[in-house]
Amino acid sequence: MDDRERRWMQLMQAALAGDRPSYERLLREIAPAIRSVVERRLRQMGAPTAESEDVVQETLLAVHLKRHTWRPSDPLGPWLRTIARNKLIDHLRRRGRRVEVLVEDFAELLAAPEERPSTEADDVERHLALLPDKQRSVIRSIAVEGASVGETAERMNMTPGAVRVALHRAFASLSARLKADE
Amino acid sequence: MKTDDLIRGLAADTRPQRSLESGLALALAVGLAGAVALFAMILAPRSGMPGLLMEPRVLMKFVVSLSLAAVSVWMALRLVRPGANARSLVWTLAVPGGVLAVGVAAELLVTPAQGWMPGLIGHNAVYCLSLVTLMGAPVLAAALFALKRGAPEHPAWAGAAGGALAGGLGAALYALHCTDDSPLFVLTWYGLAIGFMTVAGALIGRRTLSW
Repeated sequence: MDDRERRWMQLMQAALAGDRPSYERLLREIAPAIRSVVERRLRQMGAPTAESEDVVQETLLAVHLKRHTWRPSDPLGPWLRTIARNKLIDHLRRRGRRVEVLVEDFAELLAAPEERPSTEADDVERHLALLPDKQRSVIRSIAVEGASVGETAERMNMTPGAVRVALHRAFASLSARLKADE
Repeated sequence: MKTDDLIRGLAADTRPQRSLESGLALALAVGLAGAVALFAMILAPRSGMPGLLMEPRVLMKFVVSLSLAAVSVWMALRLVRPGANARSLVWTLAVPGGVLAVGVAAELLVTPAQGWMPGLIGHNAVYCLSLVTLMGAPVLAAALFALKRGAPEHPAWAGAAGGALAGGLGAALYALHCTDDSPLFVLTWYGLAIGFMTVAGALIGRRTLSW
């Protein structure tokens, strides 16, 4: 286990304890790592690398929604690789490609990735448009416009608790819709 | 949506999550309560029950079914945890399997051959099949509900572990009532019922546990 993975473990432990800055930092660090592996893999398969951002976003959603399946005593690397691999396979299947992705292909996930500004992705955006109004507005307000839960609650005339619930449901249904998008 | 935006949104959703273990424990408590309620409605413990546990053949039914349930919980948790190695746990199935094998071997060694077939066929084979399945059903539903929070690489295997768990607990409950004590009966009819639950769990799990 290298320093970086050890740091990720610590960030995730803090995240599970409710430390939001640690969690955000972790997600920002793993996103480019996932992206570089996914791009390489898509290129090897002759698939358009423009699709890689879809896989990155799906993986981040899954990491988020399944974070309780990681045990703080376990290394984070194998857990993360397995999720990323699973989401890449899902993505390729949806596009009707034959899939042979071994978990070893993600072994270099923890190697230093090239940093790149993140880009737009189609899949999440497309499904976002189909969410119930309230969930979509809450996601837009918090994620895109960067408003806090409190500000969003005030703006939408909801309680902060209801905003949190709507936000969580929105991510869960986004993920389910992505999965069902055959 | 930009990935940066998505990350900002995800980071804002920091509601604490229940662990897989406590989620499964909670669900099993509910499922088992349902199974016990079913038992209370339609069955009763056989007469002389707590004392009969000193009887090796009776005790064996509980050891086999409950150890299978315990092993299945352990397996199921591994199967729904990304990156966890469930294969290295396969040997634990040797516990219920080994106890049953010893029981069957002892029965064949100790009892005369003309008693084997009557023991195997027993008195209530059809009841056994249907009641183990019935008692296991609420447990299976609860287990699959809890495992849905996991992230199995192979949803059918995770579902199968949930099915074996439900079959084991259903069998243990039915064993409180069951008067057929031959290990040959247990091997055949308990085995069939548990096998059925396992296959049912795999088939349902394949559809419902993917994520």
